[in-house]
Amino acid sequence: MSAAPHPVYEVVIGLEVHAQLRTRSKLFSPAPVTYGAEPNHAVHPICLALPGVLPVLNGRAVELAIRVALASRCHVQPQSVFARKNYFYPDLPKGYQISQYEEPLATGGWLDVRMPDENGGARRVRLTRIHMEEDAGKSIHDAAIAGDATHVDLNRAGVALLEIVSEPDLRSPAEAAAYLRALRSLLRYVDASDADMERGNFRCDANISLRRHGESKLGTRTELKNLNSFRFVEAALEAEILRQAGILDAGGKVVQATLQFDPASGRTRILRLKENADDYRYFPDPDLVPLLLSDAQIERVRAGLPELADARCERFQREHGLAEDDARLLCESRALADFFEAAASRHGDGASLANWIRRDVLHALAEHGLEIEQAKLAPAALADLVKRVREGGVTAQSARALVPELVNKGGDPLRLIQERGLEAVSDTGALEAAVDAVLREHAGHVERLRAGEEKVRNFLIGQVMKRTGGKADPAALRRVLAQRLGESGS
Amino acid sequence: MSATLREDVERVAALARLALSEEELSRMARELEAMLGYVAALERVDTRDVPPTAHVVPLATPLRDDTPAPPMDPALALANAPESDGSSFVVPKVIEAEEEG
Amino acid sequence: MAAAPLGTLRECREALDEGRTSSAALVEQSLARAEAHAELRLFVRLRAERARAEAQAADARRASGERRSPLDGIPLAVKDNLVRAGEETTCASRILAGFVSPYTSGVMERLEAAGAISIGTTNMDEFAMGSSTEHSVYGPSRNPWDPARTPGGSSGGSAAAVAAGIVPLAIGSDTGGSIRQPACFCGVVGVKPTYGRVSRWGLVAFASSLDQVGGFGRSAEDAAHLLDAISGHDPRDSTSIPEPAPRCADALDGDVAGLVVGLPREYYGDGIEPGVQGAVREACAQLERAGAKLREVSLPYAEYAVATYYLIATAEASSNLARYDGVRYGHRAQGAHTLSEMYRRTRSEGFGAEVKRRILLGTYVLSAGYYDAYYRKAQQVRTLIRRDFEQAFRGCDVIATPTMPETAFRLGERTEDPLRMYLSDIYTVSANLAGIPGVSLPCGFSQGMPVGLQLLGPPLEEARLLRVADAYQRTTAHHRARPPETQ
Ligand SMILES: [Mg+2]
Ligand SMILES: [Zn+2]
Repeated sequence: MSAAPHPVYEVVIGLEVHAQLRTRSKLFSPAPVTYGAEPNHAVHPICLALPGVLPVLNGRAVELAIRVALASRCHVQPQSVFARKNYFYPDLPKGYQISQYEEPLATGGWLDVRMPDENGGARRVRLTRIHMEEDAGKSIHDAAIAGDATHVDLNRAGVALLEIVSEPDLRSPAEAAAYLRALRSLLRYVDASDADMERGNFRCDANISLRRHGESKLGTRTELKNLNSFRFVEAALEAEILRQAGILDAGGKVVQATLQFDPASGRTRILRLKENADDYRYFPDPDLVPLLLSDAQIERVRAGLPELADARCERFQREHGLAEDDARLLCESRALADFFEAAASRHGDGASLANWIRRDVLHALAEHGLEIEQAKLAPAALADLVKRVREGGVTAQSARALVPELVNKGGDPLRLIQERGLEAVSDTGALEAAVDAVLREHAGHVERLRAGEEKVRNFLIGQVMKRTGGKADPAALRRVLAQRLGESGS
Repeated sequence: MSATLREDVERVAALARLALSEEELSRMARELEAMLGYVAALERVDTRDVPPTAHVVPLATPLRDDTPAPPMDPALALANAPESDGSSFVVPKVIEAEEEG
Repeated sequence: MAAAPLGTLRECREALDEGRTSSAALVEQSLARAEAHAELRLFVRLRAERARAEAQAADARRASGERRSPLDGIPLAVKDNLVRAGEETTCASRILAGFVSPYTSGVMERLEAAGAISIGTTNMDEFAMGSSTEHSVYGPSRNPWDPARTPGGSSGGSAAAVAAGIVPLAIGSDTGGSIRQPACFCGVVGVKPTYGRVSRWGLVAFASSLDQVGGFGRSAEDAAHLLDAISGHDPRDSTSIPEPAPRCADALDGDVAGLVVGLPREYYGDGIEPGVQGAVREACAQLERAGAKLREVSLPYAEYAVATYYLIATAEASSNLARYDGVRYGHRAQGAHTLSEMYRRTRSEGFGAEVKRRILLGTYVLSAGYYDAYYRKAQQVRTLIRRDFEQAFRGCDVIATPTMPETAFRLGERTEDPLRMYLSDIYTVSANLAGIPGVSLPCGFSQGMPVGLQLLGPPLEEARLLRVADAYQRTTAHHRARPPETQ
């Protein structure tokens, strides 16, 4: 990733994200929304566009869409209109997609995004519009499956999507990725979407252009289609910047086109030129009348919104005394913030819990490729564990070693400590024996410590810890060591 | 008949995925010309500040509960297919350049 | 005689209730008569076995004292554009050849619940696009009054089946006059309900904002019972009106005293056949004698209705018919090597000339650069046409016009001149643009062919229209006239 800005050109990026709304049935059809079902096992006559079928709008999809709009400070339109976007493709059964065109659900909000290059500062990325539309089915061209033909699976046809279009406010691939992460977090916060790129329910197209630094007029933009992982988004944008910069450097002109990123070659490839653009013949869908939303309906949705990330982050700093960084990290995901709050309600030391979550829990999750929602670790279990460390019943070292297991398999940490004999050794007799043995073995170090080389103390403590299998209670150990060395007080 | 109109018919036939013979093309262009001549009468109507009517029912679109219905029997879903492999609809290979162009 | 004409619904109902006949006998008679008039090409498919089984069930119900509705056990016919599970529906198009629906339309569900028995599906213009039932893959239907003439369209098969005494009732659909015009040409009653009154779920779409299912009968009373059976809210149709529909059959009290009948001056000008003009004026005079008041009203934008209609209807149709692509059902061209070739050949082979013509026009008016000039303009004029009616109904209760400016024309006479064919819809399309109900009823003859009187009313006032039609029929006999060779 080249984080440094391009020396000659300013990069201008706007993103269009398609997020699958978390509904049980499709946008205009009562067919179930499934993932990984056999082809054409989740369809209804409406999804097949059989003669005579008609669409009826899913109220839950509308509610979720309003949530996202409100959470991103968009203006929810009192009237929005579903239009038909007409084109032929085998995975588009009606020969048109029902979308919103001239009158979208919401317009004009923003997201405050923490940009990677701005020392942790947030920048406002404006949203142009948010609208609802239906997904297409799946065309399978893979020769291994479809041979010389194309296979069409309509399970996904008609699934509810939210399209979120940003203004061209992003200035680098890294910023684009940061925006996408912020948007994903928001979608999950309000329970509107799983926003999982791997499962294809969070998809991104990008518009990108270059202009010389200081230039105010936008350059000719191209559209990059189907950037379906965070890694691809950045790689594809980098590749397209190189391509456009190459053209401009050579004195050429970028032509309006739609491109696709080929991860194998790391290059972008032109799919079609703008002059051959489809003529989609949008017009209001006569099978649907306008979607009218009263202030009361919108306010009802607003009242049901959960506390959003920014507000929560501030509250965590205020109520739990967290550092801003910790609070922000915890609030990036609603599930993680929920986890923290549940743990903190059992064990008051929020700052210490935050530390454990950041250092140990997130690490264990990353190691196993899990999200917090998937972890077996209960918030109460973490709270109990941290509390026991603080009470001196177990050493931090022993406790930390338990975290991966708790994350993967769950369980009661206090019982595990007991069963495995991990209780901290604070029994003076056992500690004295271990300390004496270490002092004997490392007479040279003892000399150096007595001579005032204080850092040797940690070495000796480490050796005792090793002998006790990490179970020595650190405070007790320090006390015994001082005694055996003949130091006074402590 | 103007050459542009014939080109228009060709363009529109391509959009609508209709293959027309030369003869059909000429005939359709002639008929389209007659129709356009007739509907040109609407130009006389002053429609400034007149809102368009897309539908005549004085309704807001009704909302459905998000309750999934049982899916169709897949065999029934494919029963009318001109070609299928028993689980998917099968169509001739999509030639990208041609289709997307 | 097995092939004698069936009576009206009222006559059939009385014969059943008095035990003088059975549903099985009525269905046999219907089927036999359909066969006997095969040369009129009114049916595209008979449901003989299913209809017989349904008749037996209806007879069993009657024997046990159960009656689902006034239509229980009554044979009728249904236009070939309403789907029914397990049965073929083709819209008289090659592109839907062999299509068997896995689901049932809202209207057919209601008719089943009412106990009505469909003896078969009727011929129509392909996808309901036409005014003569000549644009059918099955060949043209003929008018029982004169087989050299058209029964009208697009619901020509249904209207003619009622006129020919094959069935007392039939279902049609009306997008720009497709019920009222054939009702007029065949001398029967046809009802186009208010948009949204009858479910469009399972009606194969032509132009979604204009399409409405309705029915035919020989009397206003019969038509009222049929309308009552099929009306009502359907949550599967987003344009369905939620309010319950009051029963029309209960409103037929014969009383039109004080009712104001509006006569739009724009509809009584030039271009009307004198015999039609005379019959319609006489019908209005008859209403006046029955106590109604006649009043001139004005619909200033009427002259733009046909242009507006064809722009909107074809635009919607071009999109509605995009689904016929040879992928999931219906006809597919053989031997295409690419998808694009498959699409183009399938659609070119599958659609007839009239459908292609309308798809092209509709695609044109929606395409880049033309949308505002044509489509949006037409939608704006549509608003003005609606306002015309709102204004007119402030001064009258119903509007009376000729249904058609002429009587049934000869087969083949208009097929080479589509624009002329379109122009004959001049009196019917406005009701679809405005979404208001309309009824056509026979009001006499011009040179031996039936003439139709069209009654238009405000939204949801079907009962008022049928009350006027019924009052008229109580004092006249035109609706009792039968085509010569079917008497
Ligand atoms: Mg878009
Ligand atoms: Zn989209």
